[in-house]
Amino acid sequence: MNVLAYLIPVSLTLGGLGLAAFFWAVQGRQFEDPDGDGQRILTDEFDDRPKP
Amino acid sequence: MAGAQTVSARPGGGASAAAIELAKVAQTWDDIVLALPSIHCGGCIASVERALEATPGVRSARVNLTLKRASIETTGQVTAEQLIAVVKAAGYQAHSLERDVLDAAGSDQTGKGLLIRLAVSGFAMMNVMLLSVAVWSGAQDATRDMFHWISAAIALPAIAYAAQPFFVSAQAALRVGRLNMDVPISLAIVLACLMSVYETTQHGDHAYFDAALSLTFFLLAGRFMDHRTRSVARSAAQELTALEVPRALLQNGTSVAVADLNIGDIIRVLPGMRIPADGVICDGASEVDRSLLTGETMPAAVTSGTALCTGELNLTGPLELRVTAAGSDSSLHRLADLVALAETSKNRYTSLADKAARIYAPMVHILAAAAFAGWYWASGDLRLALNVAVAVLIITCPCALGLAVPAVATAASGRLYRQGMLIKNATALERLAQVDTVVFDKTGTLTMGQPKVEDLSGCRRSDLGVALALAKGSGHPLACSLVAGIDAMGIAGADVSDIREVPGYGVEGRWQGETVRLGRMAWVGGRKSDRTATYLQLGRDASVTFEFSDALRDGAEQAVRSLGAAGIDVVLLSGDAPAAVGNIADRLGIKAWGAEMLPADKAARIAALRKTGHKVLMVGDGLNDTAALAGAHVSMSPASALDAARVVSDIVLLGNSLEPLAETLQVARLATRRIKENFAIAALYNLIAVPIALAGFATPLAAALAMSGSSISVSLNALRLVRR
Repeated sequence: MNVLAYLIPVSLTLGGLGLAAFFWAVQGRQFEDPDGDGQRILTDEFDDRPKP
Repeated sequence: MAGAQTVSARPGGGASAAAIELAKVAQTWDDIVLALPSIHCGGCIASVERALEATPGVRSARVNLTLKRASIETTGQVTAEQLIAVVKAAGYQAHSLERDVLDAAGSDQTGKGLLIRLAVSGFAMMNVMLLSVAVWSGAQDATRDMFHWISAAIALPAIAYAAQPFFVSAQAALRVGRLNMDVPISLAIVLACLMSVYETTQHGDHAYFDAALSLTFFLLAGRFMDHRTRSVARSAAQELTALEVPRALLQNGTSVAVADLNIGDIIRVLPGMRIPADGVICDGASEVDRSLLTGETMPAAVTSGTALCTGELNLTGPLELRVTAAGSDSSLHRLADLVALAETSKNRYTSLADKAARIYAPMVHILAAAAFAGWYWASGDLRLALNVAVAVLIITCPCALGLAVPAVATAASGRLYRQGMLIKNATALERLAQVDTVVFDKTGTLTMGQPKVEDLSGCRRSDLGVALALAKGSGHPLACSLVAGIDAMGIAGADVSDIREVPGYGVEGRWQGETVRLGRMAWVGGRKSDRTATYLQLGRDASVTFEFSDALRDGAEQAVRSLGAAGIDVVLLSGDAPAAVGNIADRLGIKAWGAEMLPADKAARIAALRKTGHKVLMVGDGLNDTAALAGAHVSMSPASALDAARVVSDIVLLGNSLEPLAETLQVARLATRRIKENFAIAALYNLIAVPIALAGFATPLAAALAMSGSSISVSLNALRLVRR
């Protein structure tokens, strides 16, 4: 059962990374407009370079 | 709780057309938010953003397709009205949104905080659940204890952070000696944690860390959805007093605050100004727009001796007015009092959720206490009795109940929002479901509120050219509509000189050496039309008559027809003249109608309907409807309505069409049925689980299964509403 000593910290760290990524995404306002973000990739604007 | 009334002063400036027109104040906040009910694709986003960003004074514009709105950062030099015009020119409908509505429905700080708490509790729940599964599937002794300790290390900080909203609310309720839903919730979470820690130190079999966390998670999910559809209550009476003109012009040209006016003072009202105080005209002739107060479409001609009311708009000529009532005695102030009265007398509706909580919260406590007392008495084992009591508390804890209402409300208001209905009040859907009578206002609600010139094709082009030149010399609504009508035919204005407006009569000028006039029949001469009309006289020729009608709002006919088909009484109440109201009622097939109704009459009619047991939905837009809107069971107003009317309404119609009205009622009924079904599901689950828990057979596994099972079935039931 010694493998648990590695696996439990590993699983918690990976989960924690996911949680941190979610915090980052919320702060970056990525959940404010799911419909619009899907549509925006279809426009031709800023195809050559990102919006300043 | 949800129904609490928050009265907040509006930020200065505001987006109200009237306020801007009155005080000419610049927008004091530099962020404007517009609702765009008609956008639906990536192309719309691009064209709206491009149009807005090309406008001077706009720093940046961002369209949100999910919420169908645009947030615009400005330098403070543009008003919401200008931006609305820009968006309209790009081909989309737009309305300015009130800040409070945004805070409730948008992504504000509270919402973000709840979302993050939800994520934390979800993360902790999944990890602890993983460890719990190992325990349930047979981990023994030291391994089990280690898993319990790791669970505690994850669960305790996670709960201390994530469950704060419940603790805070429970504490607030207890401090005033009341019980709300959060008290049993907090008690269950805290007791489950304490009990589990104790069991872990004693090497016990069962720990409820996963249950405490999933309880927090599901309840936070409900709280988050609830937050997004929360009610925004503000006092409309305040809005009305804000409409009062702050300053008046004395006869000698000095400007004084309206509060300093005395009865008998002579004040001057220039064209384009609102009447600052009630009074009688002692000099001058003009026309006044009374639509704000009475709903009359047509401006009324006024001369010496006519009494005027605060808030009416002087259109054509300067007037001198002897003040008869000012400030708190003015008619506008009396109307505000009427609205305030209607707002307070409207018996506060208890939502289904509150009703359920009122029965449920004490019941949970009594059951848990009974379980503890019973087991302690029977076995004498304190630890066992406490364990059973905690299990009962966790199992009865209203997970499904916490989700039952918010999940349905979110699904229903999302569906209605896509059809252009903004639900402002959390209980509006439930109240809407009970409606059996719909009362409409006429001007601005069933009709567009703008006179539209009738068929011009029978007129000579040269006549139209003269009419256009003359009409451009006046700000009268009929003249404006005539200009729009003739412009649309591509006719250029004739070369008319010496154009001058004769207040109260019309416009006069010289064309090819002859005097030409456009205006009232009595002044111009001609064949009298029984409709709303204006007349054009060209020298000695016979006069030309232009007739106007008020166009019906899109979908008004369908809405009235489908309401009738659904067995709902339709009533039309208007402040306009009987002929005009009768005409509209005939066209729409409305049998019950009343004309020339004052604001108080409308409110009285609504109150009478209430007394006879009817549940009334009032649809109106004007100042004269505000008291009726406040007094009705549910109220709805178009986005074009006056601020005060919109504030008092539970539902705002964002699109131009009235057509979705009947379907809104249907969705509301469906939603209420789903809520009741959800309560039944929650009750059924308790009926099965509570005896098991009371008997002491409940394990953490059983609690986890039952809790997630009921929460998921309740959410799925709510989701059925999304489908059309």
